[in-house]
Amino acid sequence: MKMIIGYVRHESFEPIRTELLALGFPSLTISEVKGSGRQKGITERYRGAEVTNYLRPKVKIECVVASEDVQTIVDTILKHGRTGAVGDGKVFVLPVEEAYRVRTGESGEEVLQAHTDAAAAAS
Amino acid sequence: MRRSRLTAAALLTLLAALLVPSAALAQDADPNVVASDLNTTWVIVAGVLVMFMQAGFAFLEIGFSRGKNVGAVVAKILTNFSIASIVWWAFGFALAFGGGGWLFGDSGFFFQYGSTISDGALPAIAGKVSGGGAAFFFFQFVFCAVSLAIVWGTTLERIKFIAYPIYAVVFAGIIYPLISHWAWSSGLMANIGGGVQDFAGSTVVHLTGATGAFAALLLLGARKGKYGPDGRPRAIPGHSMPIFGLGVLILWLGWFGFNPGSTLGVADGRFAEIVVVTNIAAAAGVLGALATSHVVQKTLDVGMIGNGAIAALVAITAPSGYVEFWAAPIIGAIAGVLVVLCVIAIDKLVDDPVGALSAHGAAGIWGTLSCGLFTSPRLADYNGVGQAGLFYNGDFKQLGVQIAGVAIAFTTVFLISYITFASIKAVFGLRVSEEDEEAGLDITEHGMYGYPEQFIPPAELAGYGARPIAAAAPPSAPSIPTSQEAAAT
Repeated sequence: MKMIIGYVRHESFEPIRTELLALGFPSLTISEVKGSGRQKGITERYRGAEVTNYLRPKVKIECVVASEDVQTIVDTILKHGRTGAVGDGKVFVLPVEEAYRVRTGESGEEVLQAHTDAAAAAS
Repeated sequence: MRRSRLTAAALLTLLAALLVPSAALAQDADPNVVASDLNTTWVIVAGVLVMFMQAGFAFLEIGFSRGKNVGAVVAKILTNFSIASIVWWAFGFALAFGGGGWLFGDSGFFFQYGSTISDGALPAIAGKVSGGGAAFFFFQFVFCAVSLAIVWGTTLERIKFIAYPIYAVVFAGIIYPLISHWAWSSGLMANIGGGVQDFAGSTVVHLTGATGAFAALLLLGARKGKYGPDGRPRAIPGHSMPIFGLGVLILWLGWFGFNPGSTLGVADGRFAEIVVVTNIAAAAGVLGALATSHVVQKTLDVGMIGNGAIAALVAITAPSGYVEFWAAPIIGAIAGVLVVLCVIAIDKLVDDPVGALSAHGAAGIWGTLSCGLFTSPRLADYNGVGQAGLFYNGDFKQLGVQIAGVAIAFTTVFLISYITFASIKAVFGLRVSEEDEEAGLDITEHGMYGYPEQFIPPAELAGYGARPIAAAAPPSAPSIPTSQEAAAT
């Protein structure tokens, strides 16, 4: 099992999610985050004084999948996240030790499986 | 249907019953009584508009504060207005308008209907207090409250609450009564030359407030993080430009009570002229600030445009009853340019979050001095104060009188305010701790957030609404919602 963490532009999230749903991976978590990298900051001018904002907003996508599915997810994020300009973001892959489903208490790769009708629901 | 027709008939009868006697009375009404009642009505309407300016100050300061300090502004405005109400009634009004000599008034303490205001007060209120006197009392009070509200503009986001009630008592009980007595009740300033011209209070109300603000700021210091390691000012952006803008527009509206109401009556329709003068000046102030912001800052700064309106309204306050229409846009536009340059210059030295020193102080001085330039002979005679300005008669005399008025007001207010704030600082401390400033005044001084959803994560606000696993009950038992669940749904 692996966790994939992607930091992407807001406008790339919707295409990524749509394709992941179609591929049968509906389980993911997103959060609004701010970070800095090579992308430049924005300078706010306010009543004659300035403040420069280097931390830019991004969407963080987290999902845990079976190890053999990792490349599919990463490829999807790279495909839709790339504009070619500085500030497209990063993707990280981390090992995951165990997974539990809260509702039933079952564990293992089993809990990562989508419901059988998930793909149908997405289309 | 039937019922509504009956109601209409009943209402018509009632209306007729009310109208017939009053129509009969109107024929015999004493014109002096009618005029007096009209004057009282206008003064109360204007006073209510000026009271609404408290909402303008609240929104302006809330908009320019960060989200962690917004509830504190509401508590401050309500507390200060209320303390000033009581203090003004008990002795502020008496010292200001209760007759007396050049220094202060001596009658009208604990203002009562039927009590006697001594000679030497304004002719309008000398003698037994009646409805008209009560209107005058209220109108002068809301001016005092505006002046007090201005003081706190420089102190946002870091001052201790204890400073408000103490300074409010001194301000509404001593500082403002002295200045308004001197200018408007035959006191010190009314006796310099032919009298200092300050129709509605560029100096008496606005410079007085801004001078108190200046004294407080010198003892308080800048907000944390206002100046970088190199000493250069950094922006601490306020949390809401829309709320700030609403504040500006409410103040603009309130000013139609502030200046035109200072006629204290409807005689000769003067109040309508002053409405026009006030509005043209404010408009010119917005445009002056807009142009200056574009040239100096290379941007169209929302806060500066709003400050332009306020500065022009402050500037036109003193000359509003003394100048012809043509002078209003000139006075307003200069104030609009002045406020932008002042905000930028002052920001390099001291931390004035809303620009009170510029919009009320610098513009208040400019407005007072502008009487010495633009006052028309017609209106100097009409008001019976001072003489025409430099541009009419080439005489610097009135300008000199205006400068003296500004100097007297500034010195007096600064001294008393500085001593008061220094005493508060020595006894209680003037400023909250660094940790409290970091956390915000809402939670540290008032125990609650102005915008709780922004500071308390939703997961903590949700509480215990989630359905617990029913370990005790057998799975087959019919589920009966507990009171907790029922409350959650």
